[in-house]
Order: sequence, then structure tokens, then C-alpha cells
Amino acid sequence: MTKIIDIIVAAIIQGIPLLYGATGEIITEKSGNLNLGIPGIMYVGGISGIIGGYIYEKMTPNPVTVLLILIPLLSSLLGSLLMALLYSFLTVTLKSNQNVTGLALTTFGVGIGNFFGGSLVKMMGGTGGSIALQQTGKAFRAQLPFAKSLGSVGKLFFSYGFLAYLAIVIAVLAAFFLNKTRMGLNLKAVGENPATADAAGINVTKYKYFATCIGGMIAGLGGLYWVMDYTDGAWTNNGFGDRGWLAIAIVIFAIWKPLLAIPSATLFGGLYILSIYIPGLTSWQKELINTLPYVVTIVVLCTVSARKKKENLPPASLGLSYFREER
Amino acid sequence: MEENVAIELRGIYKRFGRIQANKDVNLKLYHGEILSLLGENGSGKTTLMNMISGIYFPDEGQIFINGEEVVIKSPKDAFDNGIGMIHQHFKLIDVFTATQNIVLGMEGKLDLKAAANNVKELCDRYGFVLDPNKKIYEMSVSEKQTVEIIKVLYKGANILILDEPTAVLTPQETEKLFAVLKKMKEDGKAIIIITHKLNEVLEVSDRVTVLRKGETVGSVNTDEATVESLTEMMVGKKIELNIERTDPVNPVERLLVENLSCTNREGLPMLKNVTFTANAGEITGIAGIAGSGQRELLESIAGLQRDNSGSITYIDPETGTKKNLKDMSPTQIRALGVRLSFVPEDRLGMGLVGNMDIIDNMMLRTYRKGKSVFLEKSGPTALATKIVEDLEVVTPNITTPVRRLSGGNVQKVLVGREIASGPTVLMVAYPVRGLDINSSYLIYNLLNKQKESGAAVIFVGEDLDVLIGLCDKIYVLCGGQITGKVDARKTSKEEIGYLMTKGAGGSK
Repeated sequence: MTKIIDIIVAAIIQGIPLLYGATGEIITEKSGNLNLGIPGIMYVGGISGIIGGYIYEKMTPNPVTVLLILIPLLSSLLGSLLMALLYSFLTVTLKSNQNVTGLALTTFGVGIGNFFGGSLVKMMGGTGGSIALQQTGKAFRAQLPFAKSLGSVGKLFFSYGFLAYLAIVIAVLAAFFLNKTRMGLNLKAVGENPATADAAGINVTKYKYFATCIGGMIAGLGGLYWVMDYTDGAWTNNGFGDRGWLAIAIVIFAIWKPLLAIPSATLFGGLYILSIYIPGLTSWQKELINTLPYVVTIVVLCTVSARKKKENLPPASLGLSYFREER
Repeated sequence: MEENVAIELRGIYKRFGRIQANKDVNLKLYHGEILSLLGENGSGKTTLMNMISGIYFPDEGQIFINGEEVVIKSPKDAFDNGIGMIHQHFKLIDVFTATQNIVLGMEGKLDLKAAANNVKELCDRYGFVLDPNKKIYEMSVSEKQTVEIIKVLYKGANILILDEPTAVLTPQETEKLFAVLKKMKEDGKAIIIITHKLNEVLEVSDRVTVLRKGETVGSVNTDEATVESLTEMMVGKKIELNIERTDPVNPVERLLVENLSCTNREGLPMLKNVTFTANAGEITGIAGIAGSGQRELLESIAGLQRDNSGSITYIDPETGTKKNLKDMSPTQIRALGVRLSFVPEDRLGMGLVGNMDIIDNMMLRTYRKGKSVFLEKSGPTALATKIVEDLEVVTPNITTPVRRLSGGNVQKVLVGREIASGPTVLMVAYPVRGLDINSSYLIYNLLNKQKESGAAVIFVGEDLDVLIGLCDKIYVLCGGQITGKVDARKTSKEEIGYLMTKGAGGSK
């Protein structure tokens, strides 16, 4: 029993950064922008948080808890915003190819993360290629005081840092925004058929920019959660791994619905670490199990396309640039 | 009268690259009036209307609304001035409901329930039938059009522009639409309608303004106009509006279709035991309400729809041997030496590649014949040049991507290519849809020439007058079944119309 709860808790923890990435990508894709730069943006979101936290924690004799959270949070958001702005400028204003731009952005973002991460490690005189911001990490990991006293229930529901709950709140808000508000309706229209949205008087460029930037900032928080909460304020080069791609897979798995992304992220998080919890696996068996999230995504993609239900298909103009004056 | 002017255009110019789309256009529209905007394909009608509705911005000129000069920079400015446009290609979001589409782009709190009620009210007022909660992709073409019209009315438009609204409607739906338009006119709305069907112009409008090569030729009151006078204004010269039907010479059987049945993706039957014969030297017409199985029939013969039963037999004109075409791909059919040409209704989807130029589209037919690894371009280039000249295709040059051409010119390129291969069987589906009257007659004459040169022509059409005037015999399809075969020289519109709806009640 305890082991099952352990696995569930681990799956949830693994799922949180995926959920941030997936929610961010869903918002972005609803505007018709296929941002494959999300994995890079998540790296940048992480390293920006580390940089902000490093400057504050290491330069201040007695750091205040509120600022220990606020400064990394804001610098993380700023970092992701800049990345998303770059993507928007290239694809929306200059109308460059979205796939190429996104892939380049991912390479760029991972590079930035590792470059600054490596530099900071050097500056701290650390060895083993890692930075540790204990006080910042502690602030991010703070749990509700009564969590410990509630046993299994406490562990299952209350043992996470605030960013975990924020991920779910953001996903729920995103669903509400997309389904119940006028701006959400307009955004979906832009992603489905920008010419129609344009003719209806919706500013297509504005919506694409805002959706991509806000989506990028949400995704960046996934990187921040990873470095501050999961790894306790420590940066390791390439530590975040390929989780960004998994987040994009979840978008398809959850058929572009933020509410479905919540359980999907937990499921993928669980599958991601499943091999650790199964004793006595040889290395090829482990690798095979690690492919499960991707296999599941392919299966879902096939079933969804085969069923041809229009609502479950990607936004109709996903990946296409919009030119107004073209005939 | 002057203060009753809804919209006035003065000296409008617009240029796209090297194409001058509009040149010194002047136009006046009064409240409580329906104005027809006439012109050949590519004469700049749609461009002009797009400038009024804020999609394009004029290079020069002034727009006055209710006597005041306005600047329309975006669709939103157009709404604010009470202008609503119903585009030829519907601007609707497929996965949204009618109501969601209608309220799209508006401001204030999103209350879909209240909006749906308002939509219902509007429908009742003008006599539309529409379910506000139906998704667009589940709708018929005429329902989609209704959504488009309600959309602009809902936003409070007083000036409505309809771009070829009847091109995709059945005669009954057209009649309903005109009734609604007349109601709106009585309500004081100003309406511009673009159409190629001159009888519709005469029926529905109060005045006609004619454009030729981007310029205004003039305006006339409809009751002083005739089909001939309007055509002359459009084309700039008198033209003959007669289809010269010659008697078939030596009609021998060329294509036999027997007991052909097929189902669509969802497993619903689209064709049921269709049997017909197409003779060489004859035009075989196929009449029917849109979606009665015409598309499936032609695609089955062309080898694009192979999931069917029955038999399709081709009789070789030289040897007289019978060749089976069923279960053959288009390539296999060609390998048999059968010169089968197909002009599909979906021109840019199935017929031509929009992003490729005219030469490359010619090559789609011939590239397999090449012997070396390099493309042989001189033949296709010569053919492209010939088609552009012979069929008067309006294009900057033969290296222009076909998607940049207007609908009628795209059709000319496609028909020209298919005829160039000297087909023994020529199948055309709605070849004049969206074409102006001059181009339409050009196409009819081309078909007649093919018939005279001994091809078996199969013509799927929607205009019964044309079917009766052009074809030698007509098969009527209804719900996937052939409900009758008539001699085009002896039949009447009423007879065909009856056959078109005959099977609908009986089949389930």
C-alpha cells in the first residue's frame, strides 16, 4: 500500500513539469502556432529561475522567504517570455517556418541552460557540475504545516510545494478560458481558421503573440518547478532531460484539452519513472519501459485520427503562417 | 434621393503586383435596393467588395457611407459602418456551432444561450430555418450560407454584400434566398449581389452595375435590361448565346456501366445499381440534386473510387474490343491505352495543384512519358501557351501559380489540359460553376467540339436549361439511383425536375 502511494506521489511529482509544458503548449497551439521550442523554453525557464535565485540568495546576507520565491519566479517568467517573444516574432511577424523555428529554439534554449548553468557552477567553485541554492529550494518546497500529520492522505494530497498546485490551477483556468470566455472563443477561431477570425474583426497577430507568450511562460514554470522543487534548488546540465518533448506528446494525448492534460501528465510521469519501481530489470527492459509514453501517444494519435471526430483533431491551421493579402 | 445613398465609391484603384484589379471604379447603392454587380471572371468584382469589407485596402479613391467619407482599414471598421459581407468561400469555423460563429469577434460577456435566442428571433423575422446549436461541419451548404447571412445581420449590418450566393444552391434554395433578400430590402437594407446567372440578376435586383477589366462600364435599371444587353456591357461586344447542338454522327457504344453500386466511408450507399451507356459522338448528361451520387459515379469510372461492385466496360474505338475498367487505378487505365479525361468539380483539390504554375500543371498529365531523368518542359510550355491564348485565360504569364488565378481562369486551364490529350471519354463535373457567361459558352463549345471529334462526353451539370440545350440524352440521378433516361431534344425542365426528386421519397 505504502509503495503504491509512493509510486502515485512520484508520478504526480514527475507529472507537474509535464503539465506546465502541456498547458503552455495547448494555449500556444490553439492560436495555430506549433511551438516545438517548448523543451528549450522549459530549460530557459529553469535556468532563469536559478540565475535570479542565485543573485538574490548569494548576494544577500539574510534573504527573505517571500523574495526567495518571488525573484526566481519573476526571472523565470521573464526568461521564458523572451524566448516565446523570439518565436512569435520569427513565425508571426516574419512568417518563418514554425517547425524549423521551434526546433532551433529548443537547441538554443538547452544550450543557454547548460551554458549559464556551467558558468554558475564555475563561479561557485563547485565540483561535479551542479549548483545548489538550499534556501531558495527550501522556500519552494515548503509544505502545509499539517501535511505530515495526515499520514497517507497527507502524503498523497498535501506533500507538494506550491508550484504543484499552481500547475493544476493554471490548467483548470486554461480550460475555463478556452471554453467559457469570449477571448477563448476568439483564440480558438484564430487557430482553426485565421482568415475567418480576421474577417470577424479579431486581431490575429495579437492573439498569436499573446497566446504564444503566455503559453511559453506557463511552460517555463515547468522548468522552474523542476530546478527549485524537484531538485531542491540545484542545477545539473541536461538534468531536465527530454521531458519537454513528453509535454508536447501529452498535448496530443489529451487531445488539446487542458483538463485532460492533468491526468495525462500524471500518467506520463508515472510511465516515465516506472522502470525504477519494477525490481530486477535488465537495462534493455528498462529502456523498453521508458518508451511507453511515446508508444501510448502514437496509439492515441492513431485512434483519434481514425475516429475522425472533428473536435478531437488539432486546430485546423496548426503550423501554418497567416498571410492576409494573399489571394 | 441623394440623402438615401447607403454607400458610394469614387475613383477606387487597387493593384496586386502587376495585375490592375480595379481602376477608377464608381458605384452607388441606395437603401432599400438590391444592386447586382456584374462582370466577367477576373473583372475585379470580388476585389472591390473585399475593399468595402476591410479585407483589402484601396490604393486610391474614396468611400462614402450615408454621405460621409469613411476609411475602412479592417473588417472591424466595416462592421462599425454597418457593412457585412457574405463571402463566396464561407468564412466559418467548422468545429464551432452556428451561434459561436455568429458571435465571433463581438464584444461583451459571452452568453451563448442568450445569443442563440437572438439568432432564433432573427431567423423567424426573415424566414430562415436554422438550428443555432448545430456544428458547421454537420451542415449543408445552404445552412452554412444561412449562418453567414445571420452573422452579418446579427452584427447589425445595413449594407449586405453577397458574393455569388447562388453558385452552390439548388434552384429551390435559391428561390428561398431571394425571398429572404426581398424581405430585407423592404426592411430598408441595402444589398449588393454578385452573380453570373443573368436570369437571377433580372429576377432579384433593382439596378445593375457592370465592371469590365476592373473598370465600371455603367449602371442600368434592371427593368430596362435584357440578358443580351447585359452580356454586351460585360464583354464589350455582342456575342452569340446559342449552343450549337449538332446531331450525333455514328454513335457507337463507348462506355458501359452496369449495376454499379458503392458506399461511402460511413458505409452509407451512394450509388445503387447504376446502369448507363455513354456513346461516342454524344454528350451524355447527368442531372440530379447535388450529392445524389454524381461524384461517386465519375470517380468510379476514373478509377479513384474502387470500393464498389458492378462492371465498367470500355469499348476500344479502333479494335472494338471490350476492356474492363473496374478495379483499375488511373495509371492502369492509361496503360490500357484508354484516353480518359476527367474534369472534377473540386478544381484545385483534385484537378490542379494550386501552388504550381500553369506549365507544371500541364506536366502532371505527361511527366510519366519522359525517358530521361530530367523533366521535359518544352512540350508542356507550348501547351500552356496555347491554352492561355486559345481559351483567353487571364493571367500575368504562364509561370503564375494557378491559385492566384480567378475561378473561371483556373477552370479554363483545367479543361484545356484535359481536352489537349485528345480523350475518347471526357467526363466533366459542373464545368461552368462560378464562370461568367462568356467563359461558360466557351466551355460548352469546347465540349461540342469534342463530341464532334468522336469523344464520348459525360456532362454532370446543375443548370437544367444548359443540360437540355447541350446534351443528347440525359440520365437523372436521385439518391444514388438512376430514376430516368430522357431524350434531351424532347424533354422539359419539369420532367427532369420531377425525376430528380422522384426517388428521394422512396429510398431510405
